[in-house]
Amino acid sequence: MDNHNNIHSLEMKFQSKIDAEVKIEPKDWMPEAYRKTLIRQISQHAHSEIVGMLPEGNWILRAPSLRRKVALLAKVQDEAGHGLYLYSAAETLGISREELFEQLITGKAKYSSIFNYPTLSWADIGAVGWLVDGAAIMNQVMLTRTSYGPYARAMVRICKEESFHQRQGYEILISLSRGTEEQKKMLQDAVDRWWWPALMMFGPNDSASTHSEQSLKWKIKRKSNDELRQDFIDATVLQANYLGVKLPDPNLKWNEERGHYDFGDINWEEFWAVVNGNGPCNKLRLKARKKAQEEGAWVREAAMAHAEKRAKRKAEKVA
Amino acid sequence: MQHSGKSPDTCYLIPATNMNQSLINYTLQIADNNLILGQRLSEWCGHAPELEIDIALTNIALDLIGQSRNLYQYAAELEGKGRSEDDIAYLRDSSRYRNVLLVEQPNEDFAYTIARQFFFDVYNHLFYQELTKSKDERLAEIAEKSLKEINYHIRFSSEWMIRLGDGTKLSHEKIQTAVDDLWDFIGEMTLLNDTDREMLSNGIGVDLNKIRPLYFQKVKEILAEATLNIPVEEPFQKGGKNGIHSEFLGHLLAEMQWMQRAYPGAEW
Repeated sequence: MDNHNNIHSLEMKFQSKIDAEVKIEPKDWMPEAYRKTLIRQISQHAHSEIVGMLPEGNWILRAPSLRRKVALLAKVQDEAGHGLYLYSAAETLGISREELFEQLITGKAKYSSIFNYPTLSWADIGAVGWLVDGAAIMNQVMLTRTSYGPYARAMVRICKEESFHQRQGYEILISLSRGTEEQKKMLQDAVDRWWWPALMMFGPNDSASTHSEQSLKWKIKRKSNDELRQDFIDATVLQANYLGVKLPDPNLKWNEERGHYDFGDINWEEFWAVVNGNGPCNKLRLKARKKAQEEGAWVREAAMAHAEKRAKRKAEKVA
Repeated sequence: MQHSGKSPDTCYLIPATNMNQSLINYTLQIADNNLILGQRLSEWCGHAPELEIDIALTNIALDLIGQSRNLYQYAAELEGKGRSEDDIAYLRDSSRYRNVLLVEQPNEDFAYTIARQFFFDVYNHLFYQELTKSKDERLAEIAEKSLKEINYHIRFSSEWMIRLGDGTKLSHEKIQTAVDDLWDFIGEMTLLNDTDREMLSNGIGVDLNKIRPLYFQKVKEILAEATLNIPVEEPFQKGGKNGIHSEFLGHLLAEMQWMQRAYPGAEW
């Protein structure tokens, strides 16, 4: 009973800190469920950065100019960096990067489903920057104010780079929109394929979202999936008009009364199919990560063995 | 960069009939090494043995491609026909590329990639150190700027040579195989071709005869520290600097140049 009371009072204290906007730090007491939720979410986020390197990496070798090649390389490198910060943030919660990698490779941990779609033309690199990074930013800006300190701080760094990526993606599309007929077609085709999956990135409707309510109470999240999705759509329509592309939704129109754009129904069947492993590239992405991890094992082992040898030699010298 | 849409065949590395053309050829000879190795390293992006290595290899790729751009821009200016860095990189066929054979060799595995990088970095470091003394101010300036980056490259690749050589039995075998296989290609870097000779006599180019012994000395020093056998054969493969390449370069270029070839004149 005592123990129970004790936990109850710790939980009360924890929640009052959250309510008072005090950041939770790694050494602070936290409910087990809070810890678990954060590990799930931060690692999912880290995995998304790492898996997200693959569809974009797909165009580095074929980038159409040296300037674009360098920009894309730097962008994908930034994503590896984001993965690093996020794995470090997750490690503060008592789990190792190796364990997290293992969860990714065995399919136990998820990553953003958007990366299970293929990048089929150069315009996709622009569309991924504009729409996918754009959608991610909505979520990430909110997360700079998340209640867990290390996660919030990682997000501040990440957001700066992400908004640069989004502009870079949009700029690729502007070049296409001013280009030849073929380039314009390439642009429209990419937007047609990426628009709906980008909207799905915000997750299920609030009414169907299992983790949302508690996350809002703990201020891990501060806006619901549907709110973020609406913010994204409202911000994106104007940009689409400027590009001269048509967003592939006949029901997309301004609603004066709501002060927001109305939009058509999302294909949730497709969303769940991709989440559950049946998207166009799920197997391919996991296979690539697994291959890198397995084929790199001897390198990591060698580095460790060498470090041990050096330490031993140094110790012998001292003795 | 504006794309001029000019046909590839009128492009670069025509036999030099004057100083300016020789200087252009020399500049491209340096730039091509950087671009081709940068492209090769880019293949690792997203697939490296660990995240830190992924970031490091991409860094080196970015440096090398960045260096090649500075040099291509200079070559385009020297030529003065309004062509761009992209025209030079994307609209030249393999026989007009002047990179050494070493840099176009495939990645194979991490050991090959590191050995190739190490063999190149040692050369590149010595080469650029000398190039800072060039009478051509622009080349000297580019060399000065690039050296800071190359100091990092050579440290990275040397450390990995030692880690892999003096790591596990498996890593030792893999890096030794890579060293043995790539050894054939390392002689070419310090052999002079006509362009090198002409640039040297004009005080612009680097004296490769001077850096050859230093090159082999440094390579052997690190191989020894890595507990690796030093191959005894003379490295004999050559040709890249004169446009005679291995089968690998054509494939690399086919992939790299595809967009520019498929959509001639388009701007990206």
